[in-house]
Amino acid sequence: MKKRSNAPFFWLLFGAGGVLSALLGSALVLITGLATPLGLGLHSDFMSYPRMLAFSQNFIGKGFVFVVIALFAWHAAHRIFHSLHDVGIPHGTPSKIMCYGSALVMTLVAAFSLLRIGFY
Amino acid sequence: MAEAPRMIEIQVLRYRPEQESEPVWQSYQVPFTEDMSVLQGLQYIKDEIDGSVSFRWSCRMAICGSCGMMINRKPSLSCQTFLRDLFPGPVKVEALDHLPIERDLMVSVEPFVKKLESIKPYLIPKEERTLAQGEYLQSPAQLAAFEQYSSCINCMLCYAACPQFGLNPDFTGPGVLALLHRYNADSRDGGKAERMEILNAEEGVWSCTAVGYCSEVCPKGVDPANAVNQNKINSAVDYFARFFPKKGGLI
Amino acid sequence: MKSQIDVKTVRRPYVRPMAGWWKGNAFFVRYMVREATAVAVWIYALVLTVGVLRLGQGEAAWNGWLDAMKSPLSLSLHLVLLVSMVVHTYSWFEIMPKTMAPMVINGERLSAERIQRTGWSVAAVAFVVTLLLAVWSQA
Repeated sequence: MKKRSNAPFFWLLFGAGGVLSALLGSALVLITGLATPLGLGLHSDFMSYPRMLAFSQNFIGKGFVFVVIALFAWHAAHRIFHSLHDVGIPHGTPSKIMCYGSALVMTLVAAFSLLRIGFY
Repeated sequence: MAEAPRMIEIQVLRYRPEQESEPVWQSYQVPFTEDMSVLQGLQYIKDEIDGSVSFRWSCRMAICGSCGMMINRKPSLSCQTFLRDLFPGPVKVEALDHLPIERDLMVSVEPFVKKLESIKPYLIPKEERTLAQGEYLQSPAQLAAFEQYSSCINCMLCYAACPQFGLNPDFTGPGVLALLHRYNADSRDGGKAERMEILNAEEGVWSCTAVGYCSEVCPKGVDPANAVNQNKINSAVDYFARFFPKKGGLI
Repeated sequence: MKSQIDVKTVRRPYVRPMAGWWKGNAFFVRYMVREATAVAVWIYALVLTVGVLRLGQGEAAWNGWLDAMKSPLSLSLHLVLLVSMVVHTYSWFEIMPKTMAPMVINGERLSAERIQRTGWSVAAVAFVVTLLLAVWSQA
């Protein structure tokens, strides 16, 4: 009897994160990493503390931030895990811990921080 | 008056286990005409220059799947690759990638054949059928659902193309998984459950990373990349369906 | 007449190494570039994680993060991340037809080109809508 792989679980996260990052990744990088810091098309206070706090305290805003961080992280972890295998680093425990472990850490830190920020 | 034929250099990666420890390149000058395939070039070499060159071939018309080899680093059928398109050369010919070389351009086929046999490549009836019930009837749509995947000629070009198979020879591989899908997708077949074990294993669909080169090189348009990757969804559904009750349940 | 002859095989199958398998093959290079976009997604997730951490630590910490995002290093990094995200979007929908079971609509098989173009169009719309939402949210 061949052993059933647990890949489907991680693959679904990879797929969801892949779709989300494919649809929103470019815009989010542009907004947060270029437009806001440079004041291009957006006011310099677009991501000011009061505004971002309000966004993250909002139930939907909080959910959005969490989903983006978590799915992006799990998508990347799964793909990097397989890419390491492609360049000669086998599917071993060290590789799994590095990749999926980092996604888990990001997920937990994001969850903790978002809960800490509180709700309205 | 006949023109002097054009010459092309064909370099063959030789390997004779009884005389060398590692493969070695050997070069041949071959006169060719516009209609000659690489296979005919090799046949010229064997007939006129060096009878020791070993290679498989049969039909000369891209249907038997015997003559697969790397031609200028691309998995190709030598009977379907033409010297005129590779001129001025040199044409580099090696045994199919990712498979152990037995001799010259011949690779070990046994593991592939064993995998083919392991997937139950035959119709498993959904229920007992008597002769009196007559033949199965199938609509054009039902035929279309699996026909493309039945075009495989077992040439193994997709295995030479697949880096995941190269990195892990235990991977069931594109061609075998395409054949598995051919049976699952056939309306006459009821053996999907029996084949799930192969799909669900790490060496099943989950070794595939959608490189897609297999479909790129397939001479018959089987599209094994599609066969494998659409079954990731089936395998994932099967993975989670375990947790739901079957008796009058949701699935 | 039976004879027992022990024939020693000369078979010694030769296994070729896989190192550098993707180099020199345009198809494989494209594949590796596609897969490498995951590094950008990972880095960006990390940037956002740190951001959200700083947000939770209070205004001073958050403003520190905002200042860091203005540094030349951060700006050039995000330029690279942006390019990578675009490559990810393009390559994601490029491979999408291979991941789907064949679909027949009105008697015609849904082509790979149709699926790709639909994906790219939806992505372009999502991009524009997100930017517009951002701009309008400032009103």
